[in-house]
Amino acid sequence: MMFRLEARTTTPAWFNVALPVAAIVAALVLCSGLIALAGAGVFEAYGVMFSAAFGDSYAITETLVRATPMIFTGLAVAVAFRARFWNIGAEGQLLAGAMAACFVGAFPMPGLLAMLLMTLAGAAAGAAVAFVPAVLRVRFKVDDVVSSLLLNSIIFYALMALIETVWKDPFSGYPISPPIEDAANFPVLMEGTRLHLGVLVALLAAPLVWLVMTRTVFGFRIKVTGENPQAARYGGIRVERVLVATALFSGALAGLAGVGEVGGVHFQVMSDISPGYGYSGIVIAMLARLNPLGVVPAAIFLAAVMTGAEAMSRATGVPAFLSDVIQGTALLAMLVALLFTAYRLRRVGGRA
Amino acid sequence: MTAVVEARSPIPLIEMRGISKTFGTVRANEAVDLQVMPGEILGLLGENGAGKTTLMNILFGAYAPDAGEILVGGRPAAIRDSADALAAGIGMVHQHFHLAPRLSVLENLLIGIPGRAGRLDKPGALARLAGIADRYGLKLDPDQPVSALSIGEQQRLEIVKALFRGAKLLILDEPTAVLAPTEVDGLFAALRSMAGQGLGIIFISHKLNEVRALTHRCVVLRQGRVAGRVDDPAVTTSAQMAELMCGHEIVPPAKEASTVGDVVLSLQKISTARHPGMALHDVSLGVRSGEIVGIAGVSGNGQRALADVVSGMLKPVAGEMTIAGSKVAAFTPNEVQALGLGRIPEDRMATGLVTNLPLADSMVLPRIGTTAFSEKGLLKPGAIRAFAEEQIKAFDIRCPGPFVRAGALSGGNLQKALLARELAFDPKVLIVAQPTRGLDIGAAHFIHEKFLGLRQNGCGIVVISEDLEELLTLSDRIAVMYEGRIAGVLDTKDATVARLGMLMTGAEKTA
Repeated sequence: MMFRLEARTTTPAWFNVALPVAAIVAALVLCSGLIALAGAGVFEAYGVMFSAAFGDSYAITETLVRATPMIFTGLAVAVAFRARFWNIGAEGQLLAGAMAACFVGAFPMPGLLAMLLMTLAGAAAGAAVAFVPAVLRVRFKVDDVVSSLLLNSIIFYALMALIETVWKDPFSGYPISPPIEDAANFPVLMEGTRLHLGVLVALLAAPLVWLVMTRTVFGFRIKVTGENPQAARYGGIRVERVLVATALFSGALAGLAGVGEVGGVHFQVMSDISPGYGYSGIVIAMLARLNPLGVVPAAIFLAAVMTGAEAMSRATGVPAFLSDVIQGTALLAMLVALLFTAYRLRRVGGRA
Repeated sequence: MTAVVEARSPIPLIEMRGISKTFGTVRANEAVDLQVMPGEILGLLGENGAGKTTLMNILFGAYAPDAGEILVGGRPAAIRDSADALAAGIGMVHQHFHLAPRLSVLENLLIGIPGRAGRLDKPGALARLAGIADRYGLKLDPDQPVSALSIGEQQRLEIVKALFRGAKLLILDEPTAVLAPTEVDGLFAALRSMAGQGLGIIFISHKLNEVRALTHRCVVLRQGRVAGRVDDPAVTTSAQMAELMCGHEIVPPAKEASTVGDVVLSLQKISTARHPGMALHDVSLGVRSGEIVGIAGVSGNGQRALADVVSGMLKPVAGEMTIAGSKVAAFTPNEVQALGLGRIPEDRMATGLVTNLPLADSMVLPRIGTTAFSEKGLLKPGAIRAFAEEQIKAFDIRCPGPFVRAGALSGGNLQKALLARELAFDPKVLIVAQPTRGLDIGAAHFIHEKFLGLRQNGCGIVVISEDLEELLTLSDRIAVMYEGRIAGVLDTKDATVARLGMLMTGAEKTA
C-alpha cells in the first residue's frame, strides 16, 4: 500500500481548528519520547504539566499572565505575516516597548496618566523598531526576515548596555533598570493573584485586531497586498505604504507586550524580561493560521506548556527546556499540517 | 503469411479505456476512451471544465483515475506519477513552463537526469540536443540562459526536454495561447515533423482553426464525457466542432451600427521611459464613444506599455492623456477610474484577481476605498456581498457563491467577474487586453456580446489583442503597433489579415 499527495481544490473550514489541534497533539506525542528518555512517566509528566497550568484558579491566572505578552506578539506576527511582511523582530519590538514604558513610568505623575503614557510610548517604540526593516525593504529591497531578526540582537544588547551603565538601578547590585513609580503599576484584577489590567487588554485586543483585519479597508489592503501585490497595485493600493503601515501596526502590538510586562509583572526592565516571547509569537501566529482570534488559545497553550514545564521539572526531574522543544516541535508539526490545506493524502493500490 | 501481417492492427502508442474520475460531486471524467497511434496528431477539444485537463493529468500521473485503465504500447501500465509517465514515454508541455530561468538551456535539459558517478554527461547531452534539433527542426542555443529566451523558445525547450527524456507521446496543453501568430507556424512545422517520424501528439486547444489545420483526428469532450469524434478535421467546419463542444448551435454575436459621439479617450504624443516589453514613442490615439478601437501587433511592440499608461499603472515621460475631456495628471489607478475608465488586465490571475481570497474581495478590490464599499475606513460587508451576488447573477458567473476562493473559478468565469466589476460602474471608456485568451467559444462570445452591447450604449472601447480574428470581428477601427509606435490605423472594412500583417512587421507605414 502506498500514499501520495493530491492537490486539493477546497479546504474545509474545520481544518482551521483541526490542524492546530493535530499539530499540538503530534508535538506532545513526539516529545513524550524525550520524557521517557529523561526517566519519567509520560502520563505523569503531562499530568503534572496540565495541573500546574490549569489545576486551580491561581494556576489559571498565572497561565493567563504568562499568555498575555504572547497574545500581543502573536497578534503582531499574525498581522505582519498577512501582508507577507516577515516580521521576525517581535522580540526586539517587545524589548523596545518595555524600555520605553519603563522610562516613562519612572516619572512621578497620576497613575492613570502614567499608564496611558506608558502604553503610548511602548507602542510607539515597538512601531519605530519595526519601521526600520519595513523601510529597508520598501526602499532598498533588503530582506525583512534578516533585518528584523538582526535588529533583535541590536536592541537586546543596547538594553544590556543601558542597564549595566547609565540606566542601572543605583539601589541594586544587579543590572536592572530603576523601577517605575508605584502609581504606574497596573491594577490587579483579582486579589492574591498577578492577574493585571494588561491581561484584560490583551484579551480585548485580539477581537479588536480581528475587526481591523476583517472589517476595515486597512485590513482588506493588508490581505490583498500580502496575497497578490501585483493585483493590489493594479487595484490602486499603494503597496509600499501598506507594508510600512502594517509594520508600524505590528511593531506597536509587539511593543504593547513589553508594556504589559513592565506595568503588570516586573515593574522594571532586566535582561531576561522576555524569555523569547517574540519568537513564541511566530509559533502562535502559525498555530492560529494568522487569525487574530486563534492567537488567544494558541498563546494560552504555549503559556501552559511554559508554566507546566517548570512544575514538571520540579516534580519529575525532566528538564524545563522541554517547553522549548514542545514549542519548536509544535511549529514544525503545524508547518507540516499546513501542507494538508493544499493537498490531500490518497491511498494508492499496491500495483507495481 | 502476408495476410497475418495485414490483419494485425497497428498498436496504439497510448490507449485510455473507460477512464472515470470524480472530485467531490463533480464528475470530471466519465468512461472516456481515447487512443493515439504512432504518427498521429490528436486534437483534444472541449470547453473549459469539460475535463480535458483532468484527463491529461491522469495520463501524466498527477491524478489516479477512479476507474479505467491506461495501455502503453498495448500493455496495461500503472502511471502513478510523472516519473512513471516519462518512463512510459509520455511527455507533457504545460501552459505554464517549468524551467529554471537562471540556468542555461543545456542545464535545464539535464535537471533530473542521473549522471554517471555524480557527473553530468554534458558532451553526450550536447550531441543528443543537436540530434533532436536536426531531426525536428527545434533549434536552441545550448548555452543561453533560459531568462534570455523568448516565450516561443522556452516552449521549444519544454518540447525538447520531453523528447530528450525519450517521450514518444507529447501532450501540449494550449500551446498556442502564449505564442504570437508568427511563432505558431514554427511550432506547427515542428509538430508535423515529429508526427511524420512516428511520434504521437495530443494537441489541446480552443482555437478551432488551428485544430483543423494541424490535427489528424479529434476527440471532443463535454461535461466529462466524449461528446463526439471528428475523423477528418480538415473538412469539418468550425461551426460543427463548436456545436459538438457546446451541445448547441453557436451563433457569433452580430455587430450593429452604433452612433459615434465625442472623444472619450485621447492620447497625444505619449512617450514612456523604458518598459519591460517595449516603451511608447509619440503615440497618439483617439477613441470616441460608441466605437471599438482594436490594437493589433506582434507581442512586445508596446501594447503592454499602452495598456499600463491608460490604466494608470505607468506615468508617461511626455505627452498628454484625457479621459472624457479631463486631463489625467497623476496616472494612478484611482485617478483614471474616477474619471470613468474601466480596465481589464491582460493577466487575469496575476494582475486581476487575488486567487487565495474570496471572489467578492477581487470584485470590489479596485473600488474598495470608494463610498460604494466603505465609509470612513470601515468596510460595508453587506454592500460588498450584495454587489458580488448581484454581479454573479447578472453575468452568469458559475461559482458556489461570492465567498468561494477566486482561484477556484475557470478562466471564463474569472473574466466575467473582471468584466462585471468594471461594467457595474458604467465606464465611459474601457480598456481590455487579450480579453478572450484561453477562453472557450461560449465564454468568448459572451465577452464579445458584452463589448458590443457597451458600444451600443455609447462606451468607447480599446481592445488590445493578438487574435486578429477577434479584432476584425469587434473593431470599428484597428490601430497597429510596431516598435512602440502606431504604425497605422485602418478602418475595419479596409483591413485584411494580409494588410494588418504588413503593418505588424513594419513592412508598410500609413499616415
